[in-house]
Amino acid sequence: MALLIPAAAGLAFLVLPLAGLLIRTPWRSLPERLAAPGVLAALRLSLFTATLATIVCVLLGVPLAWLLARTEFPGRRLVRALVTVPLVLPPVVGGVALLLVFGRRGLIGQWLDSAFGITLPFTTAGVVVAEAFVAMPFLVIAVEGALRGSDTRYEEAAATLGAGRFAVFRRVTLPLVAPGVAAGAVLCWARALGEFGATITFAGNFPGRTQTMPLAVYLALETDLDAALVLSLMLLTVSVGILAALRDKWITSP
Amino acid sequence: MRLRALAALLTAALALTACSGGSGDAGTSASSGRSGVTGEVTVFAAASLTESFTRIGRDFEAAYPGTKVTFNFGGSSALAAQITQGAPADLFAAASPATVKTVTDAGLTDGEAVTLVRNELVIVVAKGNPKGITGLAGLTQPGLKVALCAEQVPCGAAAKKALDAASVKVTPVTLEQDVKAALQKVKLGEVDAALVYRTDAQAAAADVAAVEFPESAKAVNDYPIAVLKDAPHKAAAQKLLAWIRSDKGMAVLTQAGFQTP
Repeated sequence: MALLIPAAAGLAFLVLPLAGLLIRTPWRSLPERLAAPGVLAALRLSLFTATLATIVCVLLGVPLAWLLARTEFPGRRLVRALVTVPLVLPPVVGGVALLLVFGRRGLIGQWLDSAFGITLPFTTAGVVVAEAFVAMPFLVIAVEGALRGSDTRYEEAAATLGAGRFAVFRRVTLPLVAPGVAAGAVLCWARALGEFGATITFAGNFPGRTQTMPLAVYLALETDLDAALVLSLMLLTVSVGILAALRDKWITSP
Repeated sequence: MRLRALAALLTAALALTACSGGSGDAGTSASSGRSGVTGEVTVFAAASLTESFTRIGRDFEAAYPGTKVTFNFGGSSALAAQITQGAPADLFAAASPATVKTVTDAGLTDGEAVTLVRNELVIVVAKGNPKGITGLAGLTQPGLKVALCAEQVPCGAAAKKALDAASVKVTPVTLEQDVKAALQKVKLGEVDAALVYRTDAQAAAADVAAVEFPESAKAVNDYPIAVLKDAPHKAAAQKLLAWIRSDKGMAVLTQAGFQTP
């Protein structure tokens, strides 16, 4: 009982705002609002960029998690702390920081622009960069936890049998922590999907190119509460649906 | 069994929200002191008023010891939404009549809103105007990156009006969520030009240059101000409003680049 009451309060705290959203949703005008121009484009862009950002995070984040969990090097604690910085940094500040590095006048962006003619801000690629920046720590932390929890004796056995470092990682370590990677990827995807601050700051807001669902919701909120509610509900339905489907397929619940 | 308990909890929760939905409680009506000019006045004001209102607030506090002016600066539409959802505010100054109208229509203002100041758009460019922009038509140069405000916020609506008046079609790279965000993109060099208010350009004069254009006269933005009906400190709010509209207050506003109506 001592645990049940706060647990119930916690659940209510998380669910009530959602209930508020559902109660206030203008169900009658829902179909025509969903058909409004730009809604589908924003949803498509959101799903596309969040998925791409997750792929980037997996490709870069899993090796990073492996580095943190399986190797010893001076300053490892500092590196781990640095990895979590985007978690605590206000996303808007993250967006400005990205501009200072990848912007047209930024440290790297300047060179990208002059050497290749690539500018990231105000492009769909910029949205992916912003989302990956904010979402990657979720993946790294999840995978690192899974790596620390897994039994290293299998890896040692593989190594004694002559497997190289990469072969061990690919054939032994990765299959062992696959559920952890999947869970981290799902978390990462969800965070990327809801990303607002870094995206609007770094990638700007232009329908069809950089205007993701959260940005569309924010701007709709300026003039039309009902439209914002419908957009939020749609984002919610799609993301919960996809997460539920993935959960059944990929992540075996303990 | 467990599922039923959960369902019961959810039902209770839903009932709770349903009950509290309609009561637009707008703060307590605390007494505002004998002289009528003590207490904390809460002002909701458009982001573009940040610098001048902060100064006016400090002057007011100095002139009336015992008062305290606190500000909530933000996008006018967001502020209007906060007020209609019951945020306890005394005074509301917005960057467009349309946003104040949503509050007036909800019956939440104390009388009519008055036009406090006006603001016009200018083109802001990097210092020295490297792209040689002299007017709105200059914004159509190929390869030029332009930031505008989104049409949903007042500066975006004004920009559209000005561009329409000039029959110029600009393809911006981004539609920013407020005027400061558009200005920031110019400051950072990410875009070559943006349409912002003269006041914002003036506040950032150290980093950017402003280009005036004649069509801005067709897109003048009025800034209405009103005391709110459920103001917790109405007397002090009225005193502050009078102070803002006095010569002292207006001097601060015109110095910031606002025009008198």
